[in-house]
Amino acid sequence: MEVHMIILTGVLVTVAVYLLLSRNMIRMILGTAVLSHAVHLLLITMGGAAEGHVPLLGESDGPYVDALPQALILTAIVISFATTAFLLVLAYRTYEETGTDDLNYLRRVRRE
Amino acid sequence: MKGNDVILRTVSRIVVFIILTFGVELFLSGHNNPGGGFIGGLVLSSALVLLYVVFDIETVHQGVPLDFKKVAAFGAMLAVLSGTAAAVLGHPFLSQGFGYFDLPIFGVTELTTVTIFEAGVALTVIGTVETIILSISKDV
Amino acid sequence: MNNILVLPMVIPLLTGFVLFFLRPSVRAQKLVASLSILSLIAVSVRMLLKIRDAGILRLDFGGWKPPFGILFVGDSFAALLVLTTSIVSGLILFYAFAATERRHENMFFYPFSFFLVAGVNGSLLTGDLFNLFVCFEVMLLASYVLVTLGGGKSQLAESMKYVAINVVASWFFLVALAFLYGTIGTLNMAHISVRVAEAGQGPLLSAIAVIFLIVFALKAGLLLYFWLPGSYSSPPAPVAALFAALLTKVGVYAMFRVFTLIFYHDSSITHGLIGAMAVLTLAGGSLGAVAYKDIRVIASYNVVIAVGFMMLGLAVFNEAAFRGSVYYLIHDMVIKALLFLAVGSMILLTGESRIDRMSGLIRNYPLLGWLFFITMLSLAGIPPFSGFIGKVYTGLGAVEGGNYWLLLAGFLSSLFVLYSLLRIFMNCFWGETTITREEQRPLNKKKLIPLSLLGALTLAIGVGTQVLAPFVADAAHVLANPEIYIEAVLGEVQPDE
Repeated sequence: MEVHMIILTGVLVTVAVYLLLSRNMIRMILGTAVLSHAVHLLLITMGGAAEGHVPLLGESDGPYVDALPQALILTAIVISFATTAFLLVLAYRTYEETGTDDLNYLRRVRRE
Repeated sequence: MKGNDVILRTVSRIVVFIILTFGVELFLSGHNNPGGGFIGGLVLSSALVLLYVVFDIETVHQGVPLDFKKVAAFGAMLAVLSGTAAAVLGHPFLSQGFGYFDLPIFGVTELTTVTIFEAGVALTVIGTVETIILSISKDV
Repeated sequence: MNNILVLPMVIPLLTGFVLFFLRPSVRAQKLVASLSILSLIAVSVRMLLKIRDAGILRLDFGGWKPPFGILFVGDSFAALLVLTTSIVSGLILFYAFAATERRHENMFFYPFSFFLVAGVNGSLLTGDLFNLFVCFEVMLLASYVLVTLGGGKSQLAESMKYVAINVVASWFFLVALAFLYGTIGTLNMAHISVRVAEAGQGPLLSAIAVIFLIVFALKAGLLLYFWLPGSYSSPPAPVAALFAALLTKVGVYAMFRVFTLIFYHDSSITHGLIGAMAVLTLAGGSLGAVAYKDIRVIASYNVVIAVGFMMLGLAVFNEAAFRGSVYYLIHDMVIKALLFLAVGSMILLTGESRIDRMSGLIRNYPLLGWLFFITMLSLAGIPPFSGFIGKVYTGLGAVEGGNYWLLLAGFLSSLFVLYSLLRIFMNCFWGETTITREEQRPLNKKKLIPLSLLGALTLAIGVGTQVLAPFVADAAHVLANPEIYIEAVLGEVQPDE
């Protein structure tokens, strides 16, 4: 189980890096979203998700998994949600202002 | 965007209420069970987003005349204040209390101050989601 | 109960929300903002004095004892920086009252400035590594909004880069946290320190330490500063000043905290690396500062040089050097705010940003000219000003530790700082006056007052070092002896159960 999750994390990071390096603004933003998913998976794997039951009283007699990584992931999800949303709005504004979603072209805008 | 999709309109009129009820259920079941302010808020805001998609922004705005930026700010302020209240009362910051009350219809119910904090979180989520959706979609 | 610890974060947060609702009335916003800043300064002073009397303070959120709950820890180092943050951000805001355009004021400039301060203070006070991440994000989200505020084309393009870089840096932070939690199983900084000391800092932990180093280096601009000059030179002056004074310093603070409290066992790897990075930063920053002609870019490279200099103290790793770095951190927050505000005023007054297009400004604006002169002397470390004492202690520490190369790099960089600013001074303030009396734009008194106050502050820190000395000495003592910090956090509970 853990091996699979680590491999999946690796695949996600690969995809995310590919997207991040793209010239298209929207692809770059999707890249950051995938990147954050990858690290959430990593967090839950490092917290030892494979052993134990759901950490809810009354659902099972235990042993329960460590609940802390899940709290961390929820926090991280909220933060990445806010960042992604902000990036989308920023990309939209930039597109409105410059008329392009090409990051290479944006670099030229900066020099002018 | 004046869609004339009768099926979508008719269905969503009912579905929106199901979603809203489900959102409230999720919100209230939080703390000890899966659910809580963040998830409940997301579900509630998805109902609003559905309304925006089916009807246009002006129509919905007549029914729900809220400035969602202010909703978000109010929610976050509520969450911080619920933590600060504990500090004012001489407990450590963010302390929570709970008690059992005999309410008329519900019987003996557990009420906790976490709910205030969670309500703040839910309002923040609703406000933020709607602000983002509206600011992107306004002039398309 | 030390609820005072959370006030430096809660006051600005609540102020931000209140200002949100006061959007229609800029006047009311200014009034609330001023009151909030004053109370923030009062609280910070009170906290500093309380720490002096009672030692390191701790606040367990919701009464959950460490290492289970999250907590705020206040030692002299954090409290000194919180105080400096409050004062400096207050003065920058007073400048912003006069300088910010109406449309920016309406676009939530003040609320987000306060959220930024809240994030900074939270990062300084937290005793939990994940909480540090959260506070970083609060600070960064506010900074994202501020950096894009009212942006034209080039500003939006720069913001895109700034946000993307910080998202990747935050990602590395989470990766490091995941690995650390997987190996150590706790997030309380004092508790991590205990467990690392018990287990010994093996190769795995050193690798994690290096990931943390990369994260904080990206945030602080240590060697990985490629994003910094662009992002710091595009937003309006008050925003740039807030960034230059606060943001990189939080990265520096985090680096000090983590590498003195947690990863101090294998210093040949981590601190050797920090030393090398600091020297390269000094070299790169110095070259950048003398190579460009845009005064905002020159000022941004000066931020980079200062980061390199502060990290020398961490690389040397003894108490005297820590003392130097603490002094220098305080000094740098004040002086970078002054530098960026002065540079911003020059651009506002002339409409130009290149040094070869300005000349003879001292005749038109004598006070601004002399304030810039003071900034220059203070940054270069000339005695009556605040930069001097930090450089002396860092130098003493380096001599004590035998790190003569680091010492040489540090003092060479001071020459470059002096040269780069002298170039601005000679070109822009000296020489033929190009602006006649008639077409001279008036320099508002409201803008000059905060500038003069910052100038007075740098002189006061330099002259009144005696007042600060016991606090700084205590801060450096705790940094050099992590067991004091651990005792204060875990003292009454069993460290392992």
